[in-house]
Amino acid sequence: MAEVEKRQDRSPVPSAFEYAEAPESREIVRLEERYGLFLGGEWVEPRSAEFEASIAPRDEEPLAEVAYADAQDVDLAVGAARDAFANGWSDLAPSERAKYLFRIARILQERSREFAVLESLDGGKPIRESRDVDLPLSAAHFFYYAGWADKLEYAFPNRRPRPVGVAGQIIPWNFPLLMLSWKIAPALAAGNTVVLKPAETTPLTALLFADVLRQAELPPGVVNIVTGDGRAGAELVKHPDVDKIAFTGSTEVGKEIMRAVAGTGKKLTLELGGKAANIIFDDAPLDQAVEGIINGIYFNQGHVCCAGSRLFVQESVYEEVLAKLKRRMGTLRVGDPLDKNTDVGAINSSAQLERIKELVASGEEEGAEIYQPPCRLPEKGWWFPPTVFTNVAQSYRIAQEEIFGPVLSVLTFRTPDEAVEKANNTPYGLSAGVWTEKGSRILSMAQRLRAGVIWANTYNRFDPTSPFGGYKESGFGREGGLHGLGPYLELEE
Amino acid sequence: MAQAPALPSGFELPLEPRLPRIGSVDQVAVEQRAAALATRSIKRESKLFALDLAVRMMDLTTLEGADTPGKVAALSSKALRPDPADLTVPPVAAVCVYPNMVPHALERVRGSAVKVASVATAFPSGQSPTELKVEEAARVAELGADEIDMVIDRGAFLSGHYAKVYDEVRRVKEVCGPAHLKVILETGELGTYDNVRRASLLAIAGGADFIKTSTGKIHPAATLPVTLVMLEAIRDVHEETGRKIGMKPAGGIRHAKQAVQYLVLVNETLGPEWLTPDLFRFGASSLLNDVLMQIRKQKTGAYQSPDYFTVD
Repeated sequence: MAEVEKRQDRSPVPSAFEYAEAPESREIVRLEERYGLFLGGEWVEPRSAEFEASIAPRDEEPLAEVAYADAQDVDLAVGAARDAFANGWSDLAPSERAKYLFRIARILQERSREFAVLESLDGGKPIRESRDVDLPLSAAHFFYYAGWADKLEYAFPNRRPRPVGVAGQIIPWNFPLLMLSWKIAPALAAGNTVVLKPAETTPLTALLFADVLRQAELPPGVVNIVTGDGRAGAELVKHPDVDKIAFTGSTEVGKEIMRAVAGTGKKLTLELGGKAANIIFDDAPLDQAVEGIINGIYFNQGHVCCAGSRLFVQESVYEEVLAKLKRRMGTLRVGDPLDKNTDVGAINSSAQLERIKELVASGEEEGAEIYQPPCRLPEKGWWFPPTVFTNVAQSYRIAQEEIFGPVLSVLTFRTPDEAVEKANNTPYGLSAGVWTEKGSRILSMAQRLRAGVIWANTYNRFDPTSPFGGYKESGFGREGGLHGLGPYLELEE
Repeated sequence: MAQAPALPSGFELPLEPRLPRIGSVDQVAVEQRAAALATRSIKRESKLFALDLAVRMMDLTTLEGADTPGKVAALSSKALRPDPADLTVPPVAAVCVYPNMVPHALERVRGSAVKVASVATAFPSGQSPTELKVEEAARVAELGADEIDMVIDRGAFLSGHYAKVYDEVRRVKEVCGPAHLKVILETGELGTYDNVRRASLLAIAGGADFIKTSTGKIHPAATLPVTLVMLEAIRDVHEETGRKIGMKPAGGIRHAKQAVQYLVLVNETLGPEWLTPDLFRFGASSLLNDVLMQIRKQKTGAYQSPDYFTVD
């Protein structure tokens, strides 16, 4: 036919649109060979004389040696924080405190590429996320709390807000810089001084942040950074001169901290694990709901305490949703965190990878059906493919325990009541997602779900103005928003 | 082509006065998804691949009251050989003109791979009696156009007369003969993504071979999220019925970088199967030279002066 002839001179269409590698350059980051502790505005050698390498999850390259603090180091850090609190910081005009916070926020924005690259290098998360989520949100938290610093009387009317004193803050490895910002910004805005203990697998952006503090000319000792493992954290928790402990991490450690703090008069906030329900009703905008499922569980390789790790789909749309989900999983690009096109990066540590593997094996053993899209994983480094389990019973470990990896368990429900009952049937209560076109249903579900954060027709969205925190074994206390100031203040009548 | 096309699920005839539930689109989430895909970083050989594909997918368009045989001849020559200095650059997919210009375009491109597309059905508003619109489409087909770009009646659509919209598409399709039918939704006038999805499914049910965003006469014209919504409708129809419908964003696409973003959207929504001029087109008048300039940059490593690219 004529039409066929006319097409002959066209070159054949290649079968795939392969994206060439698009690596973000790591030249922008300059790392020291080894880092001491940041105490009283100076770098000091740890008394412990102990160092460990921080490893890049993408290829197991040792990036830098980092100090592991002991009891003596922690004591010095708390002393430096106490000094700074007593000698100037707590008496400083609130508007002056605000200036430092604004300055830190702006420096973070200016140096955001450097921080984003280091965050991906040290933690394994895709550069797209560290660039578009972690860094903008970190800066936004400092901007937001800078604004509150001189308005505390208005935030808490008829009270006399006073700073608590020295805050000991222990942060996790999943959002190292962002969790640092969530903790430090409200603490400083309220007039406290800080001893921060970053996670042992991801200390480098916190150490680079010390440079931001110097650039901002923050008075020495207002923020002290003590690296190390759980021992350093435990020393900080039990130190008698610490007035407040803020911890983000596992429920197991959270319980230990609560026991250690009991009876001491220390203030405490805990932001712990979760096993969030992401609930899809049959009237939901399905293509966008599928994006929400993907973002809910594969964002940051599932290393997210509020990850939507239990998917509840109304049975009438179960097959359609699952088909769309599997198709979408096939387009996820797993690989080098520094590649700008990577969607799912490396697992943070070999220990975490082992835990994920163990739980996935238990799921298969218990009878759930596993699906993983075909994807090539790099040979070096720690990797786990995006995974979904179907035929999951509420009683399986993968439906009960926090996996903290890119593993989704799918369950079904028939009615809103059943969805609420199943969703609440967990010791955790950090977050939940509801997908429906019906506004009234969103409101009634939000009232009945026992979770601190409810997302409606979206998932894993964060904003400094919005309080974040859990019910039940997901912890207590809120971070973010006006609520986030409370734990850092004594509110006298 | 007299056989009635299969309806996607969710539709129940009669369509008057309103459609049954056909799903919905969340505005915030669809815009987020489109924005996220737009951050894909396409470099080196993959960029060259995309740019070359963009040329082969282009409907080089002139739709002006001032169009003359001379103007259309110049455009058609450009379509055949976009870059006289680099003969490895392929011809474009088609030239897109008003009905009166169809013979002039055909004169130039006959015997080549370049097709002639013509707008019809009281373009751009569609505000004429159905009989006249069908008649116009039939005449355009007789004139020898390979492709007919019709507009839907937005007045009917927005007043809930979906059956009228459906019926017009169906009747135009009947008179198209072998010509391919592209149905322009004019998404800039539809107001919501829900409407875009509805209109897409309606046009496809009526027999569209392609669905197209815009006339180019209304702002906003094509956008990434609107295109994503339409691609998702195409995907749902394909999964439901096996029919493969083409997509044509038109209007407002002026830069090579945008074109690459659209191709990423197609690649990640419908897959590489749709990366062919048979199933995806760009409607554009000023995009081609920017793409040519970028191709030259990729091949030589340096940007050339715009003076080296012909203005037609």
